[in-house]
Amino acid sequence: MAELGGGGGGHKKKGGKVRSKKGSTRIDMTPMVDLAFLLLTFFVMTTTLNKPQTMEITMPEKPKPGDEMPEINEKNVMTLVLGEDDKIYWYMGITNPEVEVSNFSATGIRKILLSKKAEIPKLVVLIKAMDEAKYKNMVDIMDEMNISTMQRFALVDITPTDVELVKESQL
Amino acid sequence: MANLRGAPPIDMTPMVDLAFLLVTFFMLTATAIPDEPVTVDTPSSVSEIKIPETNVITITIGKDGKVFFNVDGQHTRADLLGRIGERYGIAFTPEETRTFAIMSSIGVPIGSLKQFLSLNPEQRKEIDQPGIPCDSAQNELGDWVLQTRLSNRNVRIAIKGDRDANYPVVKKVIDTMIDKKVNRFNLITNMEKGS
Repeated sequence: MAELGGGGGGHKKKGGKVRSKKGSTRIDMTPMVDLAFLLLTFFVMTTTLNKPQTMEITMPEKPKPGDEMPEINEKNVMTLVLGEDDKIYWYMGITNPEVEVSNFSATGIRKILLSKKAEIPKLVVLIKAMDEAKYKNMVDIMDEMNISTMQRFALVDITPTDVELVKESQL
Repeated sequence: MANLRGAPPIDMTPMVDLAFLLVTFFMLTATAIPDEPVTVDTPSSVSEIKIPETNVITITIGKDGKVFFNVDGQHTRADLLGRIGERYGIAFTPEETRTFAIMSSIGVPIGSLKQFLSLNPEQRKEIDQPGIPCDSAQNELGDWVLQTRLSNRNVRIAIKGDRDANYPVVKKVIDTMIDKKVNRFNLITNMEKGS
């Protein structure tokens, strides 16, 4: 470079002061910049990945004694019982229900839910999970509710009657 | 003269400045993945809501039905341990509080918490944690959640369950939440893999 030679200090006329000779301060920054970009790439890659999704659910409050329960027509009630081996037992109404079995495939419970929803506008879905059910089943069924935009559904405790019904159906 | 012919020199300073700015930014925002006591394979869903990054209680339910509790924020954790100690009549030393503040999920009954905190990090990782009791007889999980909500009123609750966890365990956890008047919570799920 041109200024490298610099010239000895005292040649410039500035009150005769002697300036110290300026040495070259250029450092090869390439390795540092390489490292900077390496880190940059690393952090960009690691931060954008792994952000878990979440499903928001709201459970009803515990009913206090004296609370009035809303009454619904039993014709509008659909009950889904989550059983073992990813099976879904479902029936309409409460008196003398006919239990049928379905699964989590796209042609299974989703189809049934959509057709029932079109049939009965005021459909209420009760989801009951048997003790043999897995957590996955619960999340999947909530997901199906989302997919079929079901307005009214609730996760309720299983009753011995339901277990009995499922057992009797032998499906 | 070096540059008479060939490419003219380019001033790289702005680019390097920017690179370092970005490095700093990503380094500061990056959060280390907390080491989980159990590996959890979350179920998938179509939901696309992202989980908030701070003020989250994570309740992990393992495949074998063990329940673990975690909350972020060192201040919250330190405060929480004080409250838990008060509730259960256990005095924790400042040393133990500090250890608790910086560690991650816990899955031991409160009775053996003091002993658990006295271990060093490697031993803690190796030990087989029995999970937090959440039966109706002795519901420590409920106390953890309640006391955390008292320490930090903005916390949200996320349940991270394994897809093969049995439903009764999940139900116990959910019932505990409802019992403590937590009616809204999040279930951590995966992205749906094209079905």
